[in-house]
Amino acid sequence: MADNLNVEKEPLFSKKNIGLVKDPLVDNNPVTVQVLGICSALAITAELKASVIMALSVIFVLAAGNVLISLLRNLIPPSIRIIAQLVVVAALVIIVDLTLKAYVPDLAKKLSVFVGLIITNCIIMGRFEAFALGNGPWKSFLDGVGNAAGYGLILVIVGFFRELLGSGKLFGFPVFGDPVEKTGLYALGYENNGFMLLAPMALITLGLIIGFQRSRNKSLIETN
Amino acid sequence: MELLELFLKSIFIENMIFATFLGMCSYLAVSKKVSTAVGLGAAVIFVQVITVPLNYLLDKYILRPGALTWLGEEYAEYDLSFLTFILFIATVATMVQLVEMVVEKFAPALYNSLGIFLPLIAVNCAILGGSLFMQQKDFATITEATVYGLGSGIGWFLAILAIGAIREKIRYSNVPPVFRGLGMTFILTGLMAIGFMSFGGMLTGGSDAPKKEVVENVAPAVTEEVNEVATDSTALETKTDSLTQTVQE
Repeated sequence: MADNLNVEKEPLFSKKNIGLVKDPLVDNNPVTVQVLGICSALAITAELKASVIMALSVIFVLAAGNVLISLLRNLIPPSIRIIAQLVVVAALVIIVDLTLKAYVPDLAKKLSVFVGLIITNCIIMGRFEAFALGNGPWKSFLDGVGNAAGYGLILVIVGFFRELLGSGKLFGFPVFGDPVEKTGLYALGYENNGFMLLAPMALITLGLIIGFQRSRNKSLIETN
Repeated sequence: MELLELFLKSIFIENMIFATFLGMCSYLAVSKKVSTAVGLGAAVIFVQVITVPLNYLLDKYILRPGALTWLGEEYAEYDLSFLTFILFIATVATMVQLVEMVVEKFAPALYNSLGIFLPLIAVNCAILGGSLFMQQKDFATITEATVYGLGSGIGWFLAILAIGAIREKIRYSNVPPVFRGLGMTFILTGLMAIGFMSFGGMLTGGSDAPKKEVVENVAPAVTEEVNEVATDSTALETKTDSLTQTVQE
C-alpha cells in the first residue's frame, strides 16, 4: 500500500521494512514466541484500560529508545553498554511516568510500580541488544514499534478477556447488563467469574493464548 | 515477631513470581533444569539482600520529599522523587557489577557456579521491583527493608526451584503438542499461583491483618450467593476487587 506511494523516492516502506513491523505482531511475537517482557505486564491486565495505557507506554519507550540507541550505537563503548542502555530507558520511563501522573492520576496509581518496571522489561533490552545496536535509526524505529505493538496486542487480548469475564465490563462500561438490577444476561442467571480478576488467571489465559497460536501455526510447537 | 511476619509474608503471600509476576523472563528462560535454576535463584537472593537496603538508604536520605534536610535547613523543600527510577537502576547495575567482581576475586567457586547469571540479574525485574515495592511500602527501619529483600529473594528462589523441578519431570508426560514448553509452563505457574494464594490466610496475628479479613469475607459471600442471587453479587465483586488489589499490592 504505502509501498506504491514511496516507490520513486527512498523506499521508506519497502517490503522488508514493513516486515519489521508486521512480523513481531503474530509470527514472531515478543511475548508468545521470543518469551520476552512478561515481567512488568501481566499484573495490570485485569482491566482493559490499564492494558491499553501500558501498551502505549511501552510502544513509546521502545520506539524512542530504539532510535536513540541506534543513533548512539557507534559512540557507546561495548563494555558499559548495559548501563548506557539502562540510563536511556530510565530517562524515557521517567517521561512516561510523569506524563501519566499528570493526565491520568488515578490510573497511574493503579499501575503503581509497573510503569517503573518498564525499565527492566526484557523486550526493551532484548531489542536494543538484538536490533538497535546493529541497525540504522529508521529501521530501529520500525522494529521498536512492531515489537512493542506485538507485546501490546497480547496485553490487550488478555485484558479484554479478563475484564469481560471477570467484571462483565469493557473499558469500565457494562457489557452484559447490570449485575445488581439483574438486567441483560444477568436476568438469565449469568454470573461474573471474579476469579478471572485474580493474578493466576492472567498466567493461565496467556498459556491458553500461546496454545491457540501454536495450534494455528504448527511450526512454533516446541519439543518437550 | 513483626520482622518474622514480614519475612514470611514476603516469601509466601507477596511472592514475587506468583503474586506480582516479577522476574518472569529469567524465570521462564532459566528454569529448564534444577541446577541452573538454583544458581540463578541464589544469585537473586544475594543481590536482593544487597540492593534493597542500599536503595532504602538512597530513598531515605536523597530521594524523598524533605530527605535532604541532613544537608541543612535550606534543602528541606527539595523533592527528588522523580529521580527514583534512574538512581535505583543505576544502583542495581553497579552493585551487580561490583558483586560480580568481588565474588570472582574472593570466591571463584561460587563465581563459577553462578556463571552468566550474575550479569543477567541487572535486568531482572524482580530486583528493581523489590526496590520499588520497598519504596512503596515505606518501611520504618533499614532492618525491615533488609528482611523484605531477603524474603522476596527467597520467595523467588522457591518459585524457580519448584518450576525447574516440575519441568524436569514433565518431560516424561504426554503434554498436548500445542502446549508443550512455554504454554504448559504458564499454566503450571498459574496453578502454582492459585496454590500460593492459600497462604493468604496464614498470618492471623499482627496488628493489622487485612489479608485474613479479606479471605474470611470471600468464603461466606460465595456461599450466600448460591442461596440467594439477589443482592450479594456486587458484594462479591467488591470483595474480589479488594482481594485482587491486596494481592497485587
